[in-house]
Amino acid sequence: MATQTITPAAESALVESIRVAVPEHGLRHDLRAVSIVWRRELIRFRTDRLRAVTALVQPVLFLFILGTGLSSLAGRGMPGNLDFKTFIYPGVLAMSVLFTAIFSAGSIVWDREFGFLREILVAPVSRASIVIGKCLGGATIATFQGVIFLALAGFAHVPYDPVLLVTLVGELLLLAFTLTAFGVMMAARITQFQAFMALTQMLVMPLFFLSGALYPLSGLPGWLAVLTRIDPLTYVVGPMREAVFSHLNIPVAEQHLLAPGLTWAGWPVPQWLSLGIVAAMGLGMMGIAIAQFRRTE
Amino acid sequence: MTLPASIGMTADGGEPGPVIEVAGLTKRYGEVEAVRGIDLTVARGETFGFLGPNGAGKTTTIKILCTLASATSGTATVAGYDAAAQRDEVRRNIGLVFQDTTLDSYLTAEQNLRFHAELYGVPKAAVLPRMRQVLDMVGLWDRKDSLVSTFSGGMQRRLEIARGLLHAPHVLFLDEPTVGLDPQTRSSIWAYINELKQREDITIFLTTHYMDEAEHCDRIAIIDHGKIVAMDTPEALKASVGKDRVQIQTADDATAITAIASTFGIDAAMHEGAVTFSVASGEQFVPRLFAELGVPIRAVSVSRPSLDDVFMSYTGKTIRDAEASSSDAMRQMAARFRGRH
Repeated sequence: MATQTITPAAESALVESIRVAVPEHGLRHDLRAVSIVWRRELIRFRTDRLRAVTALVQPVLFLFILGTGLSSLAGRGMPGNLDFKTFIYPGVLAMSVLFTAIFSAGSIVWDREFGFLREILVAPVSRASIVIGKCLGGATIATFQGVIFLALAGFAHVPYDPVLLVTLVGELLLLAFTLTAFGVMMAARITQFQAFMALTQMLVMPLFFLSGALYPLSGLPGWLAVLTRIDPLTYVVGPMREAVFSHLNIPVAEQHLLAPGLTWAGWPVPQWLSLGIVAAMGLGMMGIAIAQFRRTE
Repeated sequence: MTLPASIGMTADGGEPGPVIEVAGLTKRYGEVEAVRGIDLTVARGETFGFLGPNGAGKTTTIKILCTLASATSGTATVAGYDAAAQRDEVRRNIGLVFQDTTLDSYLTAEQNLRFHAELYGVPKAAVLPRMRQVLDMVGLWDRKDSLVSTFSGGMQRRLEIARGLLHAPHVLFLDEPTVGLDPQTRSSIWAYINELKQREDITIFLTTHYMDEAEHCDRIAIIDHGKIVAMDTPEALKASVGKDRVQIQTADDATAITAIASTFGIDAAMHEGAVTFSVASGEQFVPRLFAELGVPIRAVSVSRPSLDDVFMSYTGKTIRDAEASSSDAMRQMAARFRGRH
């Protein structure tokens, strides 16, 4: 392992230099790499407050403008006099992490264009530790973003119950991780930031609309039912809505109507499997991203 | 407190022998042969310069040595490790400063260095003192908390040099370290590099297309069209071109010309109002001239051949001609490409 001798700054003014022995490759070194890549994401999130504010605009629009507008139409027909805002809140919460997660992965494309990626890629660390650090960093800041939106839960009549909050944050973290992994996988192949933005814009809205964020997933026409089951967001929005509804005072029958639970051709998908699918997708895409970054010129 | 005996080196460093060894190196990008068989060795502590026009294969070679590209054939060893098979070992032992900036401009200078220290696994206790040392060296310690986006081009380059040194590499690669900087900043960068050579036990491998910068190197390889056409010290290269130019002013020029011919067997002629002739080592010749000419001499000037002359004599063109023709070729290629659509 590393040997080190430190001379005080005063003595180093001599011809001497600080003795630095860079250690052999090892798990501890890789963990330091994961940690610094992760911390860089946090530093940049903290210094870029404007980004946190702008990322809040879209979910707020959906919840308060669309939500309020549609509740005047749907409200009278909603079972149990449920506010439409309460119904769409879990889906919009998922949306609040969607942009942040994918854009944080997009910074890889940005780094490539502005050169910093090269500094990372010539370092004597495994590609895996860089990709893992990036995925965890994006997951963390996107979850922060979700937590900011979670603070607005009261406006949608969602109670600030500790158990509910912890459940939702956990599910957000899982979703944010998978979305970042998806973004990193895309960013590994795309060299222009504009192309990445265009692709993101193209994918984000379908992901949101197909997730069941705005409507229950029962009684849909066959083609739409199939599409909603392909969307990874569906497998988080479902469990989040069930978590919210289980903390509301609604009769069981109406709960089943609004949050019917996900089914595959009639077979009810258990929550653990639903969340397991999301985790597996995230890990799988992260694995692909690592493989892509391993290739050299 | 005792000062370390071996400085800035890992325990395995210290044995003499070449730090960089390259044999039969080639690199092909499709049809284009960017590097066409390069052999060279660089000794420990040497400052080695790769001189050539843009597009000559300098950057491609440096990329292979830095493990960023794989060679088509041939071998490259850096700090005792194979650049193709032992990438991580090579990377641990080299510092890199690229042509284009690779700093994160949203972070401060210190955050950029910390990022680097963690990625290179610099022992935690060594990070702060070493960071202070390298930042002091490039005169940026008092700016460590500033965002890199507020730095000028020259400051960014200095910060990159500091970062490249943070993990005490055996070899520092500088790819066109002063390109795009104004002359004053360029000379200050060189002042830092020269100071670095004094302070650290380090081998420097740099590329440049500026003749005057190549003068700072212990040895130079002149590269043209992917091949090394000459390699030696700047002095020897210039000597190989031939002769220094000596100009004298005398009391009697006509007699002096005859005397030079009869005494030394050298043809002299009047140029620019002075007796002018060429001789192998001008400085050593001048004392003999004074002693043996027999005609009073009023003034002497000896001028060396420049590296421009060297480049010209080995490639048949000046480096500026070479760059012009390569950018012409680019324009033609672009025109052809446009024509196809």
